Amino acid sequence: MIELKNIYFSYFVPEKVDILKNINFNINKGEFISIIGKNGSGKSTLGRLIAFLLEPTKGEIYIDGKKIKNELDYLEIRKKIGMVFQNPDNQIVSQIVEEDIAFGLENLNYDEETIRKKVEEVLIEVDLLEERRFPPHFLSGGQRQKLAIAGVLVMEPEYIVLDEPTSLLDPKGRKDVIKLITRLNKNGITIILITHRMEEAMLGDRVIVLNNGEIALDGDPFEIFTNVEFLREIGLTVPPLTYLSYLLKNEGVPIEVKLWSLKEIKEELLQLKLKI
Amino acid sequence: MEFEGDKGRTIAIEVKNLSYTYSRGLPYEKEAIKNINLIVYEGEAVGILGHTGSGKSTLIQHLNGILLPQEGEVKIFGEKIINNKTFLKNLRKIVGIVFQFPEDELFAETVFEDVSFGPRNLGLNEDEIKKRVIESIKDVGLDESYLNRSPFSLSGGEKRRVAIACILSMSPKILVLDEPTSGLDPIGREEILSLIKKLKNEKKVTIIMISHSMEDIVQFADRIYILNNGKIVIEGKTEDIFKNKEILEKYDLSVPDLFLLGEELKKEGFVISEPFKDFDIAKREILRNLS
Repeated sequence: MIELKNIYFSYFVPEKVDILKNINFNINKGEFISIIGKNGSGKSTLGRLIAFLLEPTKGEIYIDGKKIKNELDYLEIRKKIGMVFQNPDNQIVSQIVEEDIAFGLENLNYDEETIRKKVEEVLIEVDLLEERRFPPHFLSGGQRQKLAIAGVLVMEPEYIVLDEPTSLLDPKGRKDVIKLITRLNKNGITIILITHRMEEAMLGDRVIVLNNGEIALDGDPFEIFTNVEFLREIGLTVPPLTYLSYLLKNEGVPIEVKLWSLKEIKEELLQLKLKI
Repeated sequence: MEFEGDKGRTIAIEVKNLSYTYSRGLPYEKEAIKNINLIVYEGEAVGILGHTGSGKSTLIQHLNGILLPQEGEVKIFGEKIINNKTFLKNLRKIVGIVFQFPEDELFAETVFEDVSFGPRNLGLNEDEIKKRVIESIKDVGLDESYLNRSPFSLSGGEKRRVAIACILSMSPKILVLDEPTSGLDPIGREEILSLIKKLKNEKKVTIIMISHSMEDIVQFADRIYILNNGKIVIEGKTEDIFKNKEILEKYDLSVPDLFLLGEELKKEGFVISEPFKDFDIAKREILRNLS
């Protein structure tokens, strides 16, 4: 479990700006948490704090009960938490796919045999086995993002923070990466996914909504996305069919505003028509 | 390759048998587009879809002569693009391209300076420059108070709109946008999309938009072209193509839920006169059936 207690993060130059204010929440082992919020709401800063790439100005972070920095050093934290960024090219360091994945392990002085074995396992996991000898620029965007994830995965982290990992990808790349993330979570890795796409946010067990550096909502997606007016007020949208039910309700149609699947809302509308 | 009912319309863009190979003649040459044929009529909004590497960007770079055809030809309002400095200079007044993440190209200290950069290079006088800047900034939904601000103090969506204003200040007849909503938050997306719709409907600008977002495309494009491996694999009216879910899925593209709902309700006996391209239409159609 990761515990964030009264976290503040501020910039002091040119003047003091609080990017995050009074953040309190726990990330439980095995959870899939989505973090949403409009541009500038503090999502990426929060992600970097969780991965300990930034230090909070105020407040404490505990990992599995141990206080960051006092009881856990950088190396231990890095082994537990990995981070994946928006643009995979910023995270790929080698000229060959499998060498890129091996990079972290080589730095930890693992022997060659172990490295070979671990890299191969990860190549299979992210479905890049056939491309293992390719230079990364021969891969598609989706494959490059999977390679970036592989580089993190090989370190066997318990938590992975992903900051808009699909926003630069085309639909196929996006689908592949989301499938991989969901599978990793099923295999027990805790996922913290920062995203602008509501259909991705819905995949999580839990959604955290940030607004002006504060947590505005924290709950399961079914609850969160019924707050149509509030979410729109703070610069977010809701899934299209939820928004449609909201618009219809405003026009006096007796329909619930909730997370609808296509089939459900179709049946509901057909029922409503029968009643006329 | 004329379309029904298109006779007599002015052709804004005509691409004929266009092919382009990067590093041609070298061992690692890469054929980016192959034998592309495409027509865009004046005032039309056309969407171009396709995966990364399908040749979309290579194609649009031919529309204002950044790349010149290796094979085939490109005509803008009937004139063939040739490698001539004066011709290309004039061409770039007619065809404006908004590249991906255009806000990265903002450079000046104030929004005014940035937006006036283009018109100033056209050699216009100060009054005309000012007029164009004010008009463009209003067209993108910002007001004059922005002109003295630094572009770097703006939000992501605002920056993107300033970058689009930079192109609009050149008064292009044809506007090409490469993924104009990517990387923006949901409200930023809606803003840019309604801006593009406004340019199409009120200013009658011919628009070509590359997008990965099927929700964006369905709202705005009259016709679409889908590229795959450098070739056009599907073309036609947007609603006709969206009705054919299976074909789109073959190229990993999915039909938006809202549009699908319209089609499904129609099958179940709802009287639907217009496909569900946006929320207004969907709401109107459903309410009519329920009253």
